[in-house]
Amino acid sequence: MLNPTNLNILIADDEAPARNRLRTLLGDIPNTQVLAEAKNGKELLEIFNQAPDSQAAANIVLLDIRMPEMDGIETAQHLQKLPQPPAIIFTTAYDNYAIQAFDISAVDYLLKPIRLERLQTALQKARVLLPSQLETLTPLSPKRTHLSINERGRILLVPISDIIYLRAELKYITVRTAEREYLIEESLSHLELEFSHIFTRLHRNCLAANAYILGYEKRHQDEHAEKQWVALLKHVPETISVSRRQQHLIRQTTL
Amino acid sequence: MKNNSRLPNLRNLGVALRILIIANLALILGAFMLSDSISSFMYQLTGISTFAQPILLLSLFLLYGGYHALSKLSYRHAIIAIFVLVALSAAAIHALFAQLWIFSEQPSLTRMVIYAWIISALALYYFNLHHRAYSPAVTEARLQALQARIRPHFLFNSLNAVLSLIRDQPKQAETALEDMADLFRVLMAENRELVPIAQEIALCRQYLALEKLRLDERLRVDWLIDNVPPDILIPPLLLQPLIENAVYHGIEPSASGGVITIQIYTKQNEVHLLLKNPCTTQAKHHNGNNMALKNIKERLTLHFDLEASLKSKQLGDTYEVHITLPSQQKTYA
Repeated sequence: MLNPTNLNILIADDEAPARNRLRTLLGDIPNTQVLAEAKNGKELLEIFNQAPDSQAAANIVLLDIRMPEMDGIETAQHLQKLPQPPAIIFTTAYDNYAIQAFDISAVDYLLKPIRLERLQTALQKARVLLPSQLETLTPLSPKRTHLSINERGRILLVPISDIIYLRAELKYITVRTAEREYLIEESLSHLELEFSHIFTRLHRNCLAANAYILGYEKRHQDEHAEKQWVALLKHVPETISVSRRQQHLIRQTTL
Repeated sequence: MKNNSRLPNLRNLGVALRILIIANLALILGAFMLSDSISSFMYQLTGISTFAQPILLLSLFLLYGGYHALSKLSYRHAIIAIFVLVALSAAAIHALFAQLWIFSEQPSLTRMVIYAWIISALALYYFNLHHRAYSPAVTEARLQALQARIRPHFLFNSLNAVLSLIRDQPKQAETALEDMADLFRVLMAENRELVPIAQEIALCRQYLALEKLRLDERLRVDWLIDNVPPDILIPPLLLQPLIENAVYHGIEPSASGGVITIQIYTKQNEVHLLLKNPCTTQAKHHNGNNMALKNIKERLTLHFDLEASLKSKQLGDTYEVHITLPSQQKTYA
């Protein structure tokens, strides 16, 4: 339970009137304070990143579900990467599926138009989301637009469209973009399932983005070994070997 | 154009097309009965067609011309008149062929007339059945069921937007509530008769004003209305659900918004409504969209049969819906 005497609140909603309405209502509730507003999930995460101090201060986020760029559900998933995630109250005008999921997982939500009393009660009992609750919500936003990594208290967002390949290494997965590499803790097979339309499995431990595969070449990996097929990739010098099992992919592309 | 008589609208393209199909199926069936091999079937078919097609076309032409007079008769009299017309055109073609052609084996006039009558009877029987299946009462009920429904999402978001205005901009809140009242009056109306296009356009503007309240500069609309007579009749709520779709699928998923283009023009005897909106390839919740399109398509069919059409397609990052319908103006009869 949060200290009800001082509630610092962030608002995320793509519609200006909806944000204004929330601000007006919060103005009527003592001991609350709106720290900032965001027009979508991405902007909200940026607010957390830009002022790492406000993160300790912002204890509640009022998060709209349907927003462009990044919806509320995905934003909530990324927010959990913070060392001290804020409590989340979802807001929605009408979304049968979401409401069902919220009720099942006992997540806090408010229906627009929001009533002052409902908002007050929600603020009083606002809690941080539990991992099990998040899991119930995942199907509402089945395909993330970004992967996120916590780096020194900040959330780094990696757009899915920037990722060249994903490679599993012991406990972690290396995420390669044109600029740099990131390490994330996820399962490669889950990622393969979630983004099956974007990545292709070239090897037991590697997924490559279809958009970045330039072509395939048969090469000597070292002096003694026999020639092997490798995939050439845009923007990065390294190649990815194609396992024997996946060589039908090469035939498909060359035909 | 409400037609209370059981007579099909002989000036309707769809009706003419159906008559052609029924007549030709009957011809093929006749040729099939008379022949025992493929070559003799083809021979029979060409033989019959030589006489039957001119009779068919002439009859259609006469019926088109005589429709106005026919529709004033009672159904029984109209049918007798149709049989007379068909017999007359058979006789005319028979006479013409006897004059121009040296046909060694022209079938007798009686045979041709009886054949034409059989086909006419078949067609009339079909239209009678069709009429019962789509009687005004049934059509009315179906139109009721197809009553366009606005997304609850829109209603609650708009109410929320109006609430945000009440304290600071009461004037604007008033206008918004008035727009909403007008919109819902039409949405909840029982009356499914055609309405003047100007009325539908005004309604769409009110709807867009409400959406603009929420989406502000993200929503931009280009109206291109090209000399369209304001009293052309269209089904109510033909355009509004399409614009609602365009906003929901084209504008809302984008942070920077986009432009919806609504183009209305007349060409020959047709009204064209062309709606374009940006579409993100990522957002693919087309289910709701298809529902609305199917609904409008069915309503167009109920009102105009084959003379109206609705086509939708995606061109790169633009989604386009094109509606064509016959241009009917209000008749003060």
